[in-house]
Amino acid sequence: MAYLFNTVEDVREMLAAIGAASVDSLFDCIPREYRYSGALEIPPAMSEIELTRHMEQLASRNQGVSRNVCFLGGGAYDHFIPAVVDHLAGRGEFYTSYTPYQPEVSQGNLQVMFEYETLICELTGMDVSNASLYDGASATIEAVLLAMASKPKCTKVLVPDNLHPEYRQVLATYLQWTAYELVVVSCPDGAIPLDNWIQQIDESVGCVVLSQPNFFGIVEDLAPVAAVAKDAGAVVVAVCDMISLGILASPASWHADIVVGEGQVLGNPLQYGGPYLGIMACRESFVRRMPGRIAGQTEDKHGHRCWVLTLQTREQHIRRDKATSNICTNQGLFALRAAIYLALQGPVGLRETAEHCAWKIQYLQQQIVQNERFELRFAGSNWREFVVRDLDNDVSTLLKYCRERQILAGLALETWYPDMRDCILIAATEKRTRAELDQLVELLNAAPRQKEVSHA
Amino acid sequence: MRNVQATQLMFELSRPGRRANMLPECDVPTNSLGDLYPASTLRATAPELPELSEGDVVRHFTNLSTLNMSVDTHFYPLGSCTMKYNPKRNERLAGLPGIVDLHPLQPDESVQGMLQLLYELQGYFAEISGLPAVSLQPAAGAHGELTALMAAAAYLRDRRESRINVLCPDSAHGTNPASAKMVGFNTITIRSRADGSVDMDDLRSKVDEQTAVFMITNPSTLGLFEKQIRAIADLVHSAGGLIYLDGANMNAIMGIARPGDFGADMMHYNPHKTFSGPHGGGGPGAGPICVQDFLEPYLPVPRVEKRNGRFVLESDYPKSIGRVRSFQGNIGVLVRAYCYIRAYGATGIREVSENAVLNANYLLARIKPLLPVPNGDRCMHEFVASAAALKKEKGITAMDLAKRLLDFGFHAPTVYFPLTVPEALMIEPTETESKETMDAFVRAVETILGEDAAAVQAAPLSTQISRPDEVRAARKPVMRWQASQ
Repeated sequence: MAYLFNTVEDVREMLAAIGAASVDSLFDCIPREYRYSGALEIPPAMSEIELTRHMEQLASRNQGVSRNVCFLGGGAYDHFIPAVVDHLAGRGEFYTSYTPYQPEVSQGNLQVMFEYETLICELTGMDVSNASLYDGASATIEAVLLAMASKPKCTKVLVPDNLHPEYRQVLATYLQWTAYELVVVSCPDGAIPLDNWIQQIDESVGCVVLSQPNFFGIVEDLAPVAAVAKDAGAVVVAVCDMISLGILASPASWHADIVVGEGQVLGNPLQYGGPYLGIMACRESFVRRMPGRIAGQTEDKHGHRCWVLTLQTREQHIRRDKATSNICTNQGLFALRAAIYLALQGPVGLRETAEHCAWKIQYLQQQIVQNERFELRFAGSNWREFVVRDLDNDVSTLLKYCRERQILAGLALETWYPDMRDCILIAATEKRTRAELDQLVELLNAAPRQKEVSHA
Repeated sequence: MRNVQATQLMFELSRPGRRANMLPECDVPTNSLGDLYPASTLRATAPELPELSEGDVVRHFTNLSTLNMSVDTHFYPLGSCTMKYNPKRNERLAGLPGIVDLHPLQPDESVQGMLQLLYELQGYFAEISGLPAVSLQPAAGAHGELTALMAAAAYLRDRRESRINVLCPDSAHGTNPASAKMVGFNTITIRSRADGSVDMDDLRSKVDEQTAVFMITNPSTLGLFEKQIRAIADLVHSAGGLIYLDGANMNAIMGIARPGDFGADMMHYNPHKTFSGPHGGGGPGAGPICVQDFLEPYLPVPRVEKRNGRFVLESDYPKSIGRVRSFQGNIGVLVRAYCYIRAYGATGIREVSENAVLNANYLLARIKPLLPVPNGDRCMHEFVASAAALKKEKGITAMDLAKRLLDFGFHAPTVYFPLTVPEALMIEPTETESKETMDAFVRAVETILGEDAAAVQAAPLSTQISRPDEVRAARKPVMRWQASQ
């Protein structure tokens, strides 16, 4: 069978050593009435050749971004992944090891965790990073729970509706079992309306969650928004894109206390939504309640510098129901990939990548609105993605027309914002060429228009 | 064989002006950032990322990788973690174009092959568990526990039952009580008897109209099948509570016994354990859950459904607890689980468990004369030995023994867990180890037991570092590199 070792002879010798008559008898400890006597309804075994053919057939029925042109964003992006990332992360010593419970034989992983934590601190301006959480959304709820635990008299969590809708859904799912109330501030113009925001802030607000750029791709001046929250005593949680931090001000500079983000953009494949990388960093005052593994520096008995898992008394395997979170396994392999990616990029590469994203959408925005059918839904400075309004209000036909021509043109915003059924969220990374941008514009212009009939 | 650079930090290897990974010339107009964004939103100084050439990066990480033990290089009998062989074909298949490069928000029509795969996988998980309804969303085992407990809480809320207690045995994984707490439950610990089974008297005294869920790991963390499981389930069910099965140890019973048949109402799998997803130096895992029909309406969204021959992601379930993460799940891990199940087929999956249990019992039989195994003559997929007597007689602790094993080229077992066994060494060989490997491991243990205490306490001697000062690391935490160091 596929990956088993034991020969008939092995089994005979092993049973003799055990003193058992048969392999089946080893299961005598399971009472007969619970034994499953049927055959599992799972198809018969496949050889590697058959399985490869089968998987290739399944894959051929999907439109992947390597054979189509991707303008989809909304929290996951088609950034370039250098070959070095796949090569190094594909080393068995990394991907077939586990949590570094024995530091002497895990220094590779521990040093990578320490380097990753340092890289994230550099990008965010925070004092401490953990070694990863599941994804951007789960990192956001963990940050909210961490923040609220530090404000025992507060009950409200305040978020704008330009925070990723799925992140807001996750907040709602978790918070329904707590005493906390999720309050959502509407952002009809895309950015947070400062006047309304101020009205919602009072001493019952324990934390606010601000994203930069926001879900619509708008880069907001968040310093005043954060400042009013902070002045009222709330903890400021920032949801940031790590590539944008190549050019954008660090969230520490605009008063964030805890920074989270989706690390998929740092060298991790799209793979239909996961596994991704939950990033979390914070100011030092939060570290003793921060969830997740943390690698720290120490010395061994000979005085050599080395690394260990530290502050483990926060964690579930020691504190059990008093732990700060239930998280155990996290996303080590993807933190490794992020560390390799950032080491390759360096400060200049990351800045240039962020600049290309800025320039590509700047060009694309200008080209799309040449057609009077389209307008930009929001005023503002965008990065990597933006919202286009189709004045024909026929988004689904547009997207289908493009998709049939191997262009994944954007996301229909109606899914999350019912009053935006005429809007598309379009993203462009550094991978998109001018020819691809022009092709998208051509297709958007060439798509059949239902209204043309009535105009005639 | 290692020079100084090999273990330097990437930041120490950095030189100003050095770089890798050049982008092409930008082929669209390049405006000044100051013209595009408000000055207040722009960075004044660049983040201090290292400046390295591509060759620097490759050598750095390659050198670091060689400081790890891994399944590809070593026997890794880390109990409860199921460190089995990670098939290489799965890496290639999960990396196929059309699998690895799908955007999570693509329309269903453009991902029919992927949705079919996930739909079929739900069926396999349901079949192996004996529980009909599946959610693939949770990101790890602990996340699966949390998700299932939320579903249970929603079910109880729907029935207007205000049950507030979750019961966990003292041998349970720490995630069990931690997850319960996050859903607002109180946790109550149930005692285990000396043989590792649930103390029924203690359970009976604590099950009442406030009992929401009893969480049980079966086979247990001691590697034993809980024979009273039906009586436990009957007791909890008759009081109106639910049974949660922590599926961490499913590697022992696939095709042999199904949780749905022995009383479980809900469970999670750990595909990175049971279904060979690589452990990745600490993740990613995945935590799909399976539940009885009556809990199905409460599962998180989205779910993969089949409608009129087409596969769809469906979110329209009014009673659902909602979304527990972004997008659809840890698909990359689930694709590997799918490939693994298809490679074995129905009879092969059962043989996995048979061989896992055979190997564990063989190793138990060989270890038992050397180290006491307090709980019985037989085990399932793992067993827990105790170094308590060794500590008393020679001053050698479980940790000393674990450290010395590293010198012999073996990863250590899990130590000091479960908490119910003093000086615990939890050993899980998995089915993908040969008799020769296990024999060599036994010889190493035997050799170590014959050594002077001082020699064992000084271990490991052959590793890059030895016995790091963890107290210092926690007292004066240094959690990032700084230029002044």
